[in-house]
Amino acid sequence: MTTHTDVHAHSHPINKGFLSWVARWLFTTNHKDIGTLYLLFSLVMFFVGGVMALIIRTQLFHPGLGFIEPNFYNVMVTVHGLVMIFGVIMPAFVGLANWMVPMMVGAPDMALPRLNNWSFWIIPFAFTIIISTLFLKGSGPNGGWTMYAPLSTTYGPPSMDFLIIGIHLLGISSILGAINIIATILNLRAPGMTMMKMPLFVWAWFITAFLLIGAMPVLAGVVTMMLFDRHFGTSFFSAAGGGDPVMYQHLFWFFGHPEVYIMILPGFGIISEVIATFSRKRLFGYPFMVGAIAAIALLSYVVWGHHMFTAGMAVGAQLFFMYATILIAVPTGIKVFNWIATMFRGSLTFETPMLFALGFVVLFTIGGFSGLMLAIVPADYQYQDTYFVVAHFHYVLVAGALLSIFSGVYYWLPKWTGHYYNETLGQLHFWLTIIGINLTFFPMHFLGLAGMPRRVVDYAPQFMPANMLCTIGAFILGFAQLIFVYIVIRAMMKKGKPADARVWEGSHGLEWTLESPAPYHSFSTPPVIS
Amino acid sequence: MSKPRSHRKVIVIITVAVFFMFTFCFAMVPLYNAICKATGINTSIRASEWSKPAVLASAAVDISREVTVQFVAVTNENLRWDFYPRVKSIKIHPGANNTVTFFAKNNTDNDMVVQAIPSMTPPQSIAHFHKIECFCFRQQSLQAGASKEMGLTFQVDKDLPPEIHTITLAYTLFDVTPKTNAKKV
Ligand SMILES: [Cu+2]
Repeated sequence: MTTHTDVHAHSHPINKGFLSWVARWLFTTNHKDIGTLYLLFSLVMFFVGGVMALIIRTQLFHPGLGFIEPNFYNVMVTVHGLVMIFGVIMPAFVGLANWMVPMMVGAPDMALPRLNNWSFWIIPFAFTIIISTLFLKGSGPNGGWTMYAPLSTTYGPPSMDFLIIGIHLLGISSILGAINIIATILNLRAPGMTMMKMPLFVWAWFITAFLLIGAMPVLAGVVTMMLFDRHFGTSFFSAAGGGDPVMYQHLFWFFGHPEVYIMILPGFGIISEVIATFSRKRLFGYPFMVGAIAAIALLSYVVWGHHMFTAGMAVGAQLFFMYATILIAVPTGIKVFNWIATMFRGSLTFETPMLFALGFVVLFTIGGFSGLMLAIVPADYQYQDTYFVVAHFHYVLVAGALLSIFSGVYYWLPKWTGHYYNETLGQLHFWLTIIGINLTFFPMHFLGLAGMPRRVVDYAPQFMPANMLCTIGAFILGFAQLIFVYIVIRAMMKKGKPADARVWEGSHGLEWTLESPAPYHSFSTPPVIS
Repeated sequence: MSKPRSHRKVIVIITVAVFFMFTFCFAMVPLYNAICKATGINTSIRASEWSKPAVLASAAVDISREVTVQFVAVTNENLRWDFYPRVKSIKIHPGANNTVTFFAKNNTDNDMVVQAIPSMTPPQSIAHFHKIECFCFRQQSLQAGASKEMGLTFQVDKDLPPEIHTITLAYTLFDVTPKTNAKKV
């Protein structure tokens, strides 16, 4: 953020000009700078993915519209998914971790600052490669973000190779980021900051980092096999040569399900911080909250089969994956009830971060319930590949992960910039977002139950009214985000009420002992934890 | 910084874990087939597992039990071949050898090589279904317009779970011509 330039001017030679400005951001090893880079990159990609979503919704406004070519529609669906997952949600969470984890555990910086610089700067290159596929001759990747074989192998366009390289780079970036976070949390905690005193956001990220370590190499492996099948004559996923396309799905979802929790556990951490602050109470059942996150993470490795119930699976395996999946509702339920218990008899106020947190709890729970419905094998036979699935995962990723990121940004923005955001505009952003989300995604439940298949460029006329609602909602949701950009830029330009160190009346934790904006170098001498 | 030593430890341990998971992904390829074969939890089985004729200890035929075996044959993608079983289903006794034939005809103007890939339901029967001779053991070639009868000799063993009364064996015919040509060049 521009705000740091004056704060840390003493530590760098004062040289002006565009090149030095570029070099300052290109070579920075400061965790706050890198956190900012991650968050701003994620914000840019949010609009890239958002425009794709609006193109999709425009096509689906009414049947037979012919707004875009069917193949381009498939490309949009594929790249929208990849951008939102790897370009928006994951970098945003890593950015928040970069900013907050060192400050929360009383560390001067991340453990491996140069590695940190690397893990960020890989991502823009990866996405340049991935987005460039849209402009290549032939077609962009069009087999869905899951890249199922043989859509990605036998029938994959040449641009699939670009996507494979992009995914490799993103995997390397995530793994480097995870190493850094684990090393910081294990080695750089201030004296007295025991593991069980760490804020829940730090715990959530600690466990998420292990999920990244376990899952990302499997994704790298599976796309490597895909590359081999495409160019080196192997038949990992080709039945003609003795392979099995279903094995692709097994390996992909062995990565894919932990990935789901990579995208929600840090959100759980943020919500736990925010709800405690605005309830002016300590978080209810802290050890259970930590245990629940760990339990969810462990279970996430043994439930991948619920994505493949109809792909040809023995009854015993279907039952196992069904029960294991339903079991995840227990630790998730513990979290939801503990958030409610934290609010119980608290003196609540409803500033924007709290509103987003409450929106998260309500809407994520709806997404969780539709997930439970999908986990039930016989029901899944009915729902699979319909808009019900689309509704489900947008409720957990948009109403879940994205709302938690908004909540975190509003919560910590005064700490980052030293200035409060505009509360009225923040609340307007919240309400438009909530209305937009529900208008876009709630009708999709009914579309799915009525039998509208997903991944279609056109649909039967009886689905038109609900689809029109979805499209209107999507445009409200999309344009409401411009308010968010305005709010963030205003705060970055130091407009708005200045914030003191505590920022929020009910805040507690090490990050709130630092002045606002947080100094460029914090905790050079470790704080004392009482 | 303050503890560079322990950073190194973390880096080493995690790097090992990353490489372990990457290798694990590739180790899944043989494991996947071994698990599927041992537990019968998948409907398909790799051709390499079926490419050797089964060696069976001669066992008495269980004439008290009758099992229906159904045959399905399809061609993959746009392969312009005729491919069907001469009989759609037969009733067999566990322990006895049975022979059926499949008909194949190349309707194209090119000489082609194909490979038949089996799949079986219910999956629990895979471990009890033994092929003694099969056209699927090797690639089959047919000149343009030519046709032939292809044989399959098999036996279902007596340990087939009693609740199974019908087994469906499906073959999909894959065009493998380009690959073979490429090898010759
Ligand atoms: Cu899953």
